[in-house]
Amino acid sequence: MSSRRRLRPLRHLTFVLGAVITLALLATAALSFVYTPRDPLAMSITGRLQGPSAASPFGTDQYGRDILSRVMTGAVTSIAVGVIAVSIGAAVGVVIGMLSGWIGGWLDEAFMRLIDAVQGFPAILSALLFTAVFSPGMVVSMVAIGIAFVPAFARLTRSSFLELREREFVTAARALGAGDARLVLRHILPNSLAPLIVQATTSFPVAILAEAALAYLGLGTQPPHPSWGLMLRDAQSFLSMNPWFALFPGGAIAVTVLGLNLLGDGLRDLLDPKAA
Amino acid sequence: MRRYVLRRVAAFAATLLFVSVLVFAVVRILPGDPAMLILGIESSPETVARLRHSMGLDRPLVVQYVDWLGRAVRGDLGISIQYDVPVGRLIVSRLPVTLPLMLMAAVFMLSAAVPLGLYAATRHRRAGDYAAMIVSQLGIAVPSFWSGLLLILFFSVHLGWVRAGGFEGWASGLWPGLRSLLLPAVALGFFQAAVLVRATRSAVLDVLREDYVRTARAKGVGERTVIGKHTLRNALIPIVTVAGIQLGQLVAGSIVLESVFALPGLGRLALGAISARDLPVVQGVTLFVASSIVLINFAVDVAYGFLDPRIRYE
Repeated sequence: MSSRRRLRPLRHLTFVLGAVITLALLATAALSFVYTPRDPLAMSITGRLQGPSAASPFGTDQYGRDILSRVMTGAVTSIAVGVIAVSIGAAVGVVIGMLSGWIGGWLDEAFMRLIDAVQGFPAILSALLFTAVFSPGMVVSMVAIGIAFVPAFARLTRSSFLELREREFVTAARALGAGDARLVLRHILPNSLAPLIVQATTSFPVAILAEAALAYLGLGTQPPHPSWGLMLRDAQSFLSMNPWFALFPGGAIAVTVLGLNLLGDGLRDLLDPKAA
Repeated sequence: MRRYVLRRVAAFAATLLFVSVLVFAVVRILPGDPAMLILGIESSPETVARLRHSMGLDRPLVVQYVDWLGRAVRGDLGISIQYDVPVGRLIVSRLPVTLPLMLMAAVFMLSAAVPLGLYAATRHRRAGDYAAMIVSQLGIAVPSFWSGLLLILFFSVHLGWVRAGGFEGWASGLWPGLRSLLLPAVALGFFQAAVLVRATRSAVLDVLREDYVRTARAKGVGERTVIGKHTLRNALIPIVTVAGIQLGQLVAGSIVLESVFALPGLGRLALGAISARDLPVVQGVTLFVASSIVLINFAVDVAYGFLDPRIRYE
């Protein structure tokens, strides 16, 4: 109770706001599977680059496709890429961090230099490199963004392993005959989870921003698949003819990222009071 | 201090080695056959074999890597397939766009973030603090390429003050060049500033809670000195850490902003090389940019040692 009382009222407000926006995002994405106002892929020669109207509340794009419907389906792309990218980063990072922190020695040293090197590759750079070799697409996006998350997860896992492996409960478990695998998986890893969950939550909006940027550059999600970044890429050519075209997909990104960030902040305060 | 710097230099060298291995692995090992990639799948086996031989691809991988690394260290990054000039020279020719863009963005970032973060910390839990936090939340949420588009929409489509993009070059003087970089630098710098505002605020808040700050105030030291001398100096470590990370992000961000504003910099060089299947250029730019980011991180590490003597002895 006491820790609850210490939370500032504004934190509650941001957390609730974040949760509401995130739920709205998830609901929109789920709804787009069964209902969009119009077919997001249906073109119309007569209704190109229209401003907002009753028929198309967000207007239409250069092929006359309904922007609202495309923004709705774009949410699915963002969520899918975000979830998978964060999972890749977390899985690889946690394994490296575990090995580094548990085994130590030269392996730790080598892994840390590798992690330093990976830090030199922001998602855009990996995506550039991968696209030169493979064709661009959602998979390149997911992997490139995932790689960019590896260092943070690896460092976090390593530092909690370094701290926890000296603790008494680990020594006690070892004295009771627990082997390496049991010590790591049953005793140390579960105790390192809280900061990792926070890291995953705060990485998610970053992944959504990166997906949009990659799609915008033509390195990620490809047409005709709706993606917010891809829509902005199209919109740029028609800025003077239909400015609304650029406003709505960008707004969708901003609101989504804002909501997820607020949620992440709130979650960090709940799970990791020391960092708040 | 010398020991600390030497250790960091050794780690830096090892990191660079890993960077080169990663780039080499993606370009030379993952795709199977770079020659096929360059020529396309319809090319005849003889042509592929000839290119493989001239590129040295018929030698063992380790030999290829050592040879490639040896050349890269001497600044030889190969020849561009598209332009038929050395990749190193292409990269250097694009730096007068990318480097000033990054520097301007970095100046905007620092001059916006540090004062705003300090202000928010000194107004802790008052209106000014909340306003600064709302601004920074919005800044983090808005993608820089969208804010770039919005700036174009407002300043060039709506007001007609500036051109929507392109680079006027430095030949006709400093101002035309700066003018073409101004909007992209603003979009890039202010977006990155948002994260640094929050980092600065929380770092300063942490220090303000320290006993020595209370002591300084109790002795009657003016608030200006307390903040400027006692607080900021001690809060610098986390601020420099985040600023360093953000600087690396600026490098990546400038690739995107060059696209938004049609600036002929490194990012556009790499993007153009991808559609032209110009593998040596993509490889060279990636190696160059990744090494630059690693260099920034190394500089930040060394800076710690100067800022905080305790770190040198760890």
